[in-house]
Amino acid sequence: MIRVEFLTKSFGKLDVLKDISTEIKDGEVIAIIGPSGSGKSTFLRCLNLLEVPTRGRVYIDEIEVTDPKVDIQKVRQNVGMVFQHFNLFPHKTVLQNLTYAPVCVKGLSKQAAEEKAMELLERVDLEEKADVFPSRLSGGQKQRVAIVRALAMEPAYMLFDEPTSALDPEMVKEVLDVMKNLAKTGITMAIVTHEMGFARDVADRVLFLDSGTVAEDAPPDVFFSTPKSARAQQFLEKVL
Amino acid sequence: MSPLLFEAASRNSYILGQTTFLDFGKIAPNIPYILGGALVTLQFTILSAVFGFSLAIVLSILKISKFKPLRWFADIYTSVFRGTPLILQLALVYFATPQLIGYAIPPLQAGVITFALNSAAYSSETIRGGILAVDKGQREAAQTLGVKYPMMMKDIILPQAFKNILPALVNDSIALLKDSALVSTVGALDLMRRGQVVAAEKFIYFEPLIFVGIVYYVLVMGLTFFAQNLETRMRRSD
Repeated sequence: MIRVEFLTKSFGKLDVLKDISTEIKDGEVIAIIGPSGSGKSTFLRCLNLLEVPTRGRVYIDEIEVTDPKVDIQKVRQNVGMVFQHFNLFPHKTVLQNLTYAPVCVKGLSKQAAEEKAMELLERVDLEEKADVFPSRLSGGQKQRVAIVRALAMEPAYMLFDEPTSALDPEMVKEVLDVMKNLAKTGITMAIVTHEMGFARDVADRVLFLDSGTVAEDAPPDVFFSTPKSARAQQFLEKVL
Repeated sequence: MSPLLFEAASRNSYILGQTTFLDFGKIAPNIPYILGGALVTLQFTILSAVFGFSLAIVLSILKISKFKPLRWFADIYTSVFRGTPLILQLALVYFATPQLIGYAIPPLQAGVITFALNSAAYSSETIRGGILAVDKGQREAAQTLGVKYPMMMKDIILPQAFKNILPALVNDSIALLKDSALVSTVGALDLMRRGQVVAAEKFIYFEPLIFVGIVYYVLVMGLTFFAQNLETRMRRSD
């Protein structure tokens, strides 16, 4: 479980997140949506401390990750992240991208890591790309590799930061399909996204962020049909 | 002109400052000796490059450290070694060290120490630039996979940084190879010094110095060629 208490993040004078408190239960899939600049990405990045919160606490599995004494790298092994711009390691092949962390961080044998990696690549139909470098892949392929690279660490949580925003339209679906299948496996997921259809179909809960606060927190059918706040109504009118 | 007179004229031509054709035959017996100097120069360059480069990596990492005193140390280091002449640093190490610690430092050792310290100051700036130019997302990706800082630097950031700064590092090592001629001033029998020795012994300057120049040029070309190959190999992931 991820628990967030009074999370505040300021960049200089700008308060990007204001006193956010919420919970993400085990196995839950939440979609974080909202207008640009509402703090969606910052919120997600505070969960694994890529951004250090100005105030407030974040707990993952009851470990307070905002405590400076906590070994954050240890916690992060259990929290995978997928980025908008993939961030694959360009000097490593697809297979090496997948095996690097399990071998170097978890101490898996090279052989065991490679077997696991091939299994994962098969799951996203990319086993024939194992030995190519990322520069040879399309955007959709890169993002699928990035997803299984995170999964290779067998995390209990997965954070997605606008995973389809940098993709050509025709490649969005292949990535969303992978994420849909992943959601069915019971892994806990937090997804910052602009794909409303996907959020409606896959999420258990929608967090609607507006200027650094959670303006709405509801199941997708409730949120998309009868949004309470005026800001969410406006937003949905524009995007749907 | 009679043949006898011509011979006399050509023998005196250097002294008289008249122009003569280059005659490398005159230094033919000394060529192995001079080439032996090329080995000294190479040995010297490689040692200085290896030590200098290792130190440069450490300095560049200090320069991007969050801990200010480490940054200050590395910045002051660079400013001192860049701000004073190399030949002065060499003289200090070679002539002043014995006075300080009573150890008569051999010329080659003094040279390697000075040049490693000096080139580290320059290369550390190059490497720092290379590290900063690696996309921030690479660091974040490694962090979110739980990779610790030293491993991340070694396996993710530095390999990408080096690929981008390789041409600049080749420049640095070419400069090192040529600057190594300065050790001739403390009596190391490197390529340059041996050219001078032959020149002084035979009282001819053009031939040995030009020959030395050609050998330096060939060495630099060899280094350039090696670097090009290395770059092609590193770029295969593009």
